[in-house]
Amino acid sequence: MTALLYLVPAALFLGLLGLGAFLWALKSGQFEDLDGAAERILIDEDEPEAAPTGQAKVRPTR
Amino acid sequence: MTSLALSPACCGPGAAALDLAETPTLASGPAVDPAAFVRRETDGICRLDLMAENIHCADCIRKIERALRAFPAVTMARVNLSGRRIGVAWRDGKVEPMRLVEAVTRLGYPVAPFDPALLDERTKAADRELLRCLAVAGFAAGNVMLLSVSVWSGGSDMDAATRDLFHWLSALIAMPAVAYAGRPFFRSAVAALKVRSVNMDVPISLGVILAASASLMETMHGGLHVYFDASVTLLFFLLCGRYLDRQARAKARSAAEHLLALTAVAATVIEPDGRRRALPVAELKPGMILAMAAGDRIAADGLVASGSSDVDNSLLTGESLPVAVAPGASVHAGALNLSAPLEVTVTAAGENTFLAGIARLMALAEQGRARYVRIADRAARLYAPVVHILAASTFLGWLLFSRAGFHGALMAAVAVLIITCPCALALAVPVVQVVASGLLLRRGILVKSADALERLAQADSIVFDKTGTLTEGTPRLVDGGAIPGDCLRRAAALAEASRHPLAQALAASFQGPRPKAMDVVETPGAGLSGIVEGRRLSLGSRAFCGVADRSADDDRMEIWLSEDGSAPRRFVFADRPRADSRATIDTLKRRGYRISLLSGDREAVAARIAGELGIEDWRAGCLPADKVAVIESMTAEGRKVLMVGDGLNDAPALAAGFVSMSPATATAVSQTAADLLFQGRLLAPVAHALAVARGTERLVRQNFALAIIYNLGAVPIAIAGLATPLIAAAAMSSSSLLVTLNALRLKRLGA
Repeated sequence: MTALLYLVPAALFLGLLGLGAFLWALKSGQFEDLDGAAERILIDEDEPEAAPTGQAKVRPTR
Repeated sequence: MTSLALSPACCGPGAAALDLAETPTLASGPAVDPAAFVRRETDGICRLDLMAENIHCADCIRKIERALRAFPAVTMARVNLSGRRIGVAWRDGKVEPMRLVEAVTRLGYPVAPFDPALLDERTKAADRELLRCLAVAGFAAGNVMLLSVSVWSGGSDMDAATRDLFHWLSALIAMPAVAYAGRPFFRSAVAALKVRSVNMDVPISLGVILAASASLMETMHGGLHVYFDASVTLLFFLLCGRYLDRQARAKARSAAEHLLALTAVAATVIEPDGRRRALPVAELKPGMILAMAAGDRIAADGLVASGSSDVDNSLLTGESLPVAVAPGASVHAGALNLSAPLEVTVTAAGENTFLAGIARLMALAEQGRARYVRIADRAARLYAPVVHILAASTFLGWLLFSRAGFHGALMAAVAVLIITCPCALALAVPVVQVVASGLLLRRGILVKSADALERLAQADSIVFDKTGTLTEGTPRLVDGGAIPGDCLRRAAALAEASRHPLAQALAASFQGPRPKAMDVVETPGAGLSGIVEGRRLSLGSRAFCGVADRSADDDRMEIWLSEDGSAPRRFVFADRPRADSRATIDTLKRRGYRISLLSGDREAVAARIAGELGIEDWRAGCLPADKVAVIESMTAEGRKVLMVGDGLNDAPALAAGFVSMSPATATAVSQTAADLLFQGRLLAPVAHALAVARGTERLVRQNFALAIIYNLGAVPIAIAGLATPLIAAAAMSSSSLLVTLNALRLKRLGA
């Protein structure tokens, strides 16, 4: 039964980790544009004329 | 829609399943000056939000973002594909916002500026709160279930100390989770109780709170059975249902908001010193002078100060023929300025405008509708007292007639409350509606209000407006075949120069190469003249072409053409019914609906359309108040009227109807009033929506029946005190699953 002493806290910690990750994602706007995220993967970032400024192509919202 | 993303035609009209670009403001009209919508922030950064309708794919995103980032001053440009929005930020003073708008417009994406704070911040905050509650409930449900399963499977092998430890751990997780994730239900229950009514959330809240607190007591006494898992899983399931319900409508609502934001977002005001400035329509005041370009929608009621033009009032009155206006004439908000620039002095603001009159009629008409009670709440009104009486009598029964004592009686009552907690019942309606809204959305039908489908299913009479609803709303040349080809060619070439709807219809009726018209002069309210293929042509009204002949004078829309050296020729136009109007009306009649037509247009025109479509019950020349009166008298007869209309003059009738639909081309006010919007050139969506609504209602009733059967089986077990937390959890999950699976059967209706 001593295994419970670390198994239960470990289970709870992992659960809380997942909850925290979801709440963070929600807060940081990861769910703002689900369709856009699916399409953006198709944008080719290596086109020669695309990065003259050297800045990242996809910038975070706000 | 899934494989459409990569096809090259993705931005073309082919992908128009949800293409709202057919709104007249978007297709025509110059870009709106966005200056009024720019938000300046303290760090010298300006932000502007734009709506663009026809963004469909990765390439659209890339093109727009690249075009905006080409400006050195732009610090951020981001396309939101789900919301069809563009957010752009730049350093203040470094670039004119108009230039940014032009850059996007030039790529072929018409945009309209909007203020995000006005539009959706509130619903967004509510959505997020619901998601957070869902996450917390999900976390708690998972972890408490983990502990509960070990207690159940441990059975008698588990010693009391470990079981108590697990119960305490469950309490530690479940109590805060219930307090946090239950708030949406508690709030709604309290709101209902305050007005002395009962909704589904009252038994839910009571069940969850009692189950959690009784379990806490049980834990303190080292008892055997706790219901922490039941209370959090219950919340989790219910929150799922509620979130789905919101999401299904959020898409439709945002599409509808787009349409609204795109109509008349700003007006150009001429200052006393001659400068021009864009102002949001809400900030207009009497005495201001507005500049209206040809093709603009008039933003406020007023008098024409200078210029003369033709004004299309079809959205206001249903009258399909444009009216000529000259200085001194009055014009109403919502009318379309057709042929020449106008300057309009704003006269009416507040209570006296035509719009305010419409709004008053609408407010009166809407009072009737507010009394509608949703089917789930009607069920709750019957259900809640039964549940509460059952639980109370179980408690009393065990207390008085057994030796279980207060504690045992309370646990039995809690079991009854949990078993009867309307989990399946609360899922029964939203799941079906989510599926139905999705089906309709794919056909271009937007369901705007939560109870629209329920009300649509009960409709038994349909009242149609004529112009723009049964008809296409744009005139077409009637006797094109009888006119010599070269004559039509020259007339079309000249007509191309004008924005007048009859001239545009004439231009559209000739396909193929056409000569260029020279020296074109347009006389607003009269006609066009110019030189085509060396001949001098005049195209316009009877008087403009010098026709003395009165013999052919009837009510039909006409243009005359006089060419030098030949007799004047008459072109006749008519507003044609939508291609499938007749078929749709026949279908609806077969299904037993009573069909009527209420038109604001002239008697002769309405009679012709009614005859053509086989509608026996029709009235012409109706004012907005007349339409409301007709619908109210039908309602008084006990009929449930579906009103279908698009004009501003239909808006009060749309609000008065038991349920209402508008085409997506309708005026902003009508779209606000309507419960459903449909897109495209056909009338069939009306019949389709009615069929889906009836299917939806049938499934909702089936789901209620399933939920009640489950209760009939499970409740006696709970009353007998035999229900354990394990039985409660199993019964709850299986009934929810059954209801959800049954709802998915609706998909067959849309196939």
